[in-house]
Amino acid sequence: MLFPPPKLPQPRRIVVTGAGIITAFGAGWKINAEGFRSGRTAFRPVTLFDVSRQRCKIAAEIDLPADLPPNRLSRGDLRRLRRASRLLLLAGAEAWNQSGWTPDGRLPLVLGTTSGEMCLGQEYLRQALQTPLDFKRQAERVTHYLVQQQGINLANALGVEGELITISNACASGANAIGHAWQLVRQGRAERVLTGGYDALCHLTFAGFDTLQALSPTPCRPFDAGRDGLTLGEGAAVLALEDLSSAQRRGAEILGEILGYGATTDTHHLAQPHPEGSAALAAMRAACASAGVTPEQIDYVNAHGTATPQNDSAETAAIQAWAGARAATLPVSSTKAGIGHLLGAAGAVEAVASLMALRGQWLPPETSLQIPDPVCRFQIVRQPVDAKIQTALSNSFGFGGANATLIFRRCL
Amino acid sequence: MSRVFVHGLGAVSPAGWGVPALRASLKNERPLPVQSLARPGWDKPLLLRIVPPPPLRPAFLAHPRLRRASPITHYAVGAALEALGQDADLIRSGGLRLGIVTCTLTGGISYSRRFYEEVLQNPATASPMIFPETVFNSSASHLAAYLGSSAISYSLVGDAGTYLQSLAVAAGWLDTGLADACVVIGAEEPDWTAADALRLFDRRAVHASGAGALYLKTLRPAAAPVELAAVTDSFAATRAPHRNEAARKMRAQLPVGAPDELLCASECDNPAWNDWPGELLTPMEILGEAFAAAAAWQCVAGCDAIQQSRCLAANVSITGQSLQAIAARFVHPNSLKTQTRTQP
Repeated sequence: MLFPPPKLPQPRRIVVTGAGIITAFGAGWKINAEGFRSGRTAFRPVTLFDVSRQRCKIAAEIDLPADLPPNRLSRGDLRRLRRASRLLLLAGAEAWNQSGWTPDGRLPLVLGTTSGEMCLGQEYLRQALQTPLDFKRQAERVTHYLVQQQGINLANALGVEGELITISNACASGANAIGHAWQLVRQGRAERVLTGGYDALCHLTFAGFDTLQALSPTPCRPFDAGRDGLTLGEGAAVLALEDLSSAQRRGAEILGEILGYGATTDTHHLAQPHPEGSAALAAMRAACASAGVTPEQIDYVNAHGTATPQNDSAETAAIQAWAGARAATLPVSSTKAGIGHLLGAAGAVEAVASLMALRGQWLPPETSLQIPDPVCRFQIVRQPVDAKIQTALSNSFGFGGANATLIFRRCL
Repeated sequence: MSRVFVHGLGAVSPAGWGVPALRASLKNERPLPVQSLARPGWDKPLLLRIVPPPPLRPAFLAHPRLRRASPITHYAVGAALEALGQDADLIRSGGLRLGIVTCTLTGGISYSRRFYEEVLQNPATASPMIFPETVFNSSASHLAAYLGSSAISYSLVGDAGTYLQSLAVAAGWLDTGLADACVVIGAEEPDWTAADALRLFDRRAVHASGAGALYLKTLRPAAAPVELAAVTDSFAATRAPHRNEAARKMRAQLPVGAPDELLCASECDNPAWNDWPGELLTPMEILGEAFAAAAAWQCVAGCDAIQQSRCLAANVSITGQSLQAIAARFVHPNSLKTQTRTQP
């Protein structure tokens, strides 16, 4: 029963025993860890749709692998998979295989996305407008456009059954999904959860950010004094969450622990944060409170850092108000400098990047940073560097004022 | 786990603005009149039931954030404010942390369609004012802004059953203290693309729009109490052959039922409920197919029936269009029935 759930005497400790990731760096943990660690950038001219009449012409596109990992989908199902489903399946299969889980018992999926398989919605509308009496493949487009279908595809591919929750909190969706999954296992409402976020590049979203003049015509430079906008990317990341004792019992490799989660709503504006970052600050404080840590115990902040003038100044204010004196020595970076803004996937991909940094004991640099914004009193990581870090905090903020913060701890 | 009580109901539907209008139309038992909607390039109009204009323009529409918002937001805020009642002022004053969960299948589809049409014409001149309204969480965001609520908020996307999942999400927030109260809203808006898409799967279906809302707290209300007794697991019903089996598993998690109980079902002929001993209500036949909003109306109708002393308990059963079979059970707290059905 989803309600009332079983009562636990005390909250569980939740660990990550599987992680899958695909970004413009490539598919898989290893190539992404190398990319984040070295500060590589992966931007190039957009080829997926026509951007000739738009201000921005670059993004962090993915070269999708020709083959999908072994899965339980039929040939017909596989033929119908489109870009977002493929991204999710690639990340999901990697997390699943690493976790060592088997498809017995119920397995909830908690996913985040902003637009699901929007490319099919676009195809549907184009056909309906251009050839209104042609209904060929329109039903199939509707079915696979619906946001839940990508999660259904992943569940069917892995052969698992259970509740599917899809959170669409704009660019905080992936972080909210992980936070919600964390709460489900922590409170005993699930034994294990597969969670993450995904989004594929699509024309509607690209044009939307372009009309807002939120896209930079050059690769984004988060926290740079001369930053002029974000660069879009695409990708997916999936985490396998379970309670610590379960992971230890079965001898699973533990990639890290999720210590805390905070979520708030910024009511300032639909598409702009409060200039002082008040809701972001509240999310960071809530995450720290649930984790039982103070800013002094955070060794690295993976910032939302979109490189829009508004986001970065509000987040800077929030981080500095939250960190206090600790800000002067606090390492901060935005991995969007390398792979762009992945929207609904961002929070999940950045969660995996944070886990990689904790596992590898390094900090992800922003090598494209030119002149740090002088208002930033924290230490922006600019060069690849090894570091002894135990705890990392990851911020995700989105349209509609969706704010989410996750805190991770290294597990030896 | 804390007990969860329903403190308010809200509905904006083709029957009108407010729960009394919904109640009256369901009591009448006759399908509401159908309107037609033009589909570009096609002679045959699409059928739908739209929300009639409110008798008086709601004051909330004057709020700067709601001026440009699309119909889904107007419906969602209308239903939520009706459910919140006087507590809206308490939330505004900071005296109550309100968790907001909105559910939808199609979201702000009219603005999404309009924006993409503009992009197809010329992306350089597409409206930057419309694009932010296309995100699924725009309704929740506008409601939070209107109420000045900075607490946690989720926008869930899925089939109609997602609304019942959302009740469990809200109950979890109440139990862990993330919010003092929660409003759970299901909302959809009219658009020819949604009506056209629905027609591809069911030529008899009539697309509808609107919103429904339940306002939840852990304290027992002084008057007309209704308690959320259960939300079943979600059973995959993604392929037609599995739907009856999924519905059977869902039913097996609920009490067997009694003559003084109500079943609010998404369909009138699901075999899982063939032996239901009480009254059956299928709001969709009267109001139309409005996905998450329809699920919310089912819950509102069930809770309202308990408050009106028409029944002691109400089961809400949803076999969704593409995802899941799931049910919720509401009871009068003085008649809490714990009997569960034995698995056959």
